[in-house]
Amino acid sequence: MDSAFYIAILTAAITAGTPLLYAALGELLAERSGVLNLGVEGMMLVGAVAGFLTTVATANLWLGVASAMLAGGALAFVHAFLSITMRANQVVTGLALTIFGTGISSLIGRRLIGVPLPITFSDTPLPFLSELPIIGTVFFRHDPLVYLSYLLVPLVWVFLYWTRVGQNFVAVGEDPAAADAVGINVNLVRYIGVIIGGMLAGLAGAYLTLALAPVWLDGMTAGRGWIAIALVIFATWNPIRAMFGAYLFGGVAALGFRIQILGWPISPFYLQMMPYIFTILVLIFVTYQGRARKLGAPAALGLHYDREDR
Amino acid sequence: MSAGATLAMRKITKRFPGVLANDRVDFYAQHGEIHALLGENGAGKSTLMNILTGLYWPDEGEISIRGEVVNFRAPRDAVLQGVGMVHQHFRLVRSFTVAENITLGMRQEGFWWRPQVVEQKIATLAATYGMAVEPKAKIWQLSVGEQQRVEIMKMLYRGAQILILDEPTAVLTPQEVKELFRNLRQLAESGKTVIFITHKLHEVMAYADRITVLRNGRSVAVREKAETSIKELAHLMVGRELSPEISKPPNTNQQEILRLEGVCALNDRGLPSLRNVSLTVTKGEIIAFAGVAGNGQRELAEVVTGLRPITTGRFWLHGQDVTSCSARQLIDAGVGHIPEDRKGMGLVPNMAIMENAILKSYRDRSVCPGYWLDHKAIRQRAEQLVTAFGVKTATLDSPVRLMSGGNLQKLLLAREVSAGPDLIIAVYPVRGLDVAATEYIHQLLVEQRNQGTSILLVSEDLDEIFKLADRVAVIFEGQIMGILPIKQANLDEVGLMMAGARASEVALG
Repeated sequence: MDSAFYIAILTAAITAGTPLLYAALGELLAERSGVLNLGVEGMMLVGAVAGFLTTVATANLWLGVASAMLAGGALAFVHAFLSITMRANQVVTGLALTIFGTGISSLIGRRLIGVPLPITFSDTPLPFLSELPIIGTVFFRHDPLVYLSYLLVPLVWVFLYWTRVGQNFVAVGEDPAAADAVGINVNLVRYIGVIIGGMLAGLAGAYLTLALAPVWLDGMTAGRGWIAIALVIFATWNPIRAMFGAYLFGGVAALGFRIQILGWPISPFYLQMMPYIFTILVLIFVTYQGRARKLGAPAALGLHYDREDR
Repeated sequence: MSAGATLAMRKITKRFPGVLANDRVDFYAQHGEIHALLGENGAGKSTLMNILTGLYWPDEGEISIRGEVVNFRAPRDAVLQGVGMVHQHFRLVRSFTVAENITLGMRQEGFWWRPQVVEQKIATLAATYGMAVEPKAKIWQLSVGEQQRVEIMKMLYRGAQILILDEPTAVLTPQEVKELFRNLRQLAESGKTVIFITHKLHEVMAYADRITVLRNGRSVAVREKAETSIKELAHLMVGRELSPEISKPPNTNQQEILRLEGVCALNDRGLPSLRNVSLTVTKGEIIAFAGVAGNGQRELAEVVTGLRPITTGRFWLHGQDVTSCSARQLIDAGVGHIPEDRKGMGLVPNMAIMENAILKSYRDRSVCPGYWLDHKAIRQRAEQLVTAFGVKTATLDSPVRLMSGGNLQKLLLAREVSAGPDLIIAVYPVRGLDVAATEYIHQLLVEQRNQGTSILLVSEDLDEIFKLADRVAVIFEGQIMGILPIKQANLDEVGLMMAGARASEVALG
């Protein structure tokens, strides 16, 4: 194994990590506003099929991305309506939406299995940056959606920590009563958090069908939505750490794939299990750590807010 | 007078389903004064102030500020008109800094979060009003008194001219109370209107300029402080004379009931919360634990009732080592418990009065002779308790969550007292109760004492402690700062100890 092998794994880690990153950033925003969205998996699938369908029909990738985000956002709106306005249990609603998203994407995608995509997101090396040794290859010879995610991470970070609107957002997730008392519209903030979160989950799905795969398969997210939710905990609700986490998980997935190619005598099933086993290990580790110090979870995560409640 | 008032609320009426919370209430306040809004729980004080701050809409009536009629649709509107409220439970984001909390949600602060600019402004404002706050500190690092100061600063920063404080002294030590009113006086002198909601009479007489008394949703009187007395205010507030002092014959019994030696325990977060607690409780005495909430009182009560394990130390009941006894063994040994959380730990809210009445005695042959519960006997016993303790209820089968706080507490006490305990642990037994229920509970506790039951009373209210206790133990950060016979204790001394001074240090001055 030479350096080319490692560079190849790192490069693959970025592409495999990008859908996780989008979905995790979306979930992070929703959770920061205090709403747990377990429908990410469903929203990714709906986004994936909507993006694929649109691009097959129009041969336009960006239209595909837009419709994927629309589809994810629409499903997230349902979650927002049920859990914020109707005060349904967020866990139950989220699970229901994942099941619903899986079903409806499979229904819509019935005729799309095996259909080739007329056009895909292809790697477009960035001038100058891609010439850098190692870093250029690993980070700057990807498709435009990867570059977009590079921009999104600092954007979310600056939003949450350095803008007043972002502060309102965090305050709603920490203590909605305190936010309400100073005139912040708690429900509006939560709606925005959940819907943007769903749109990013949709985008994550589109990345699978328009760049990574690029085909449509039933249930092709294969639990990536769940890994994204775990990632948010792993990242202690911090977008920068979510980025590292996403690439770490991407790397684990890529490693399994490469080892398979190298023909090591390990069952491919075990290798495919790696990201999920890794998820469990990471969660155990983070939870264990969290017992000693504050985990950083939004204090009002998963709780309804009602002004008249005492 | 009402014509030139800074704040005028006229004929305010507010109905909630089944309740007339405010009934044509008039309320006027001037700038430069500290105005007390006095009344019992449920008199409509908080409703009135929530209307003033835009949280509720009045059904009838109008509010005018500096002569102009205003119409608040949301708290933000009230803030823009210079009305700021400091709630009893602070509305602060614990993980945020002081500066972040003070400016939270202010649109006029611009798009970017600029800590230096904000901190500078806060420092200037703090200097103007002589209030010390550290803008960079996180809320969770601050004491309750400091957090309250942050809440006040938050309102001042938003340009509050009318400042309302809901039960501001409930969680403060006597020293912090003095500091608070020193600050409030300075605000009033600078031309602001300060309104505080309270039911504590001596506080009103010590710090207010004028007093409006509410009773049953109506404003019954407005008094200048100089023209009134505690007695008159009490009469106005309750609507009748308070019953005379509870008779408490001196206790000469020296028989030891409970002894703790070097007890240490952890709190729910696994941090030390009781440090080396030693004390002895004798037969027929009320020993009160004074302290600001969260200094280990809850853990102490749980240790003595067998609900919380001890890390080191031992304790004895009737001379028998019960250190590792379970809660059930301690109940059988004669320990009664009136927990802080009466609806969560004391009673099961969704179960009927009958069932709650026998929660601790279902092993008793009289209500459960074999495998089955004897419903007839249970009903009889519940009926006895309800009658004997004056619990108001239509039926014995309704879930207890429908009962008022006072009735809940009576039922809980009835159950615990009827078991004939030798020791009762009572944690904040009158918190949230109205004057009549409070009196009743106090009476009951003293009667129990007079009959020879020892009572370990946890309270934040020094008036209650001085009224009931034979001895007072002050607890601070899990340590006992000193134990004094109540006759030798004074308010200032106990207050200093609550803030962490040792009895020996206090005595030396």
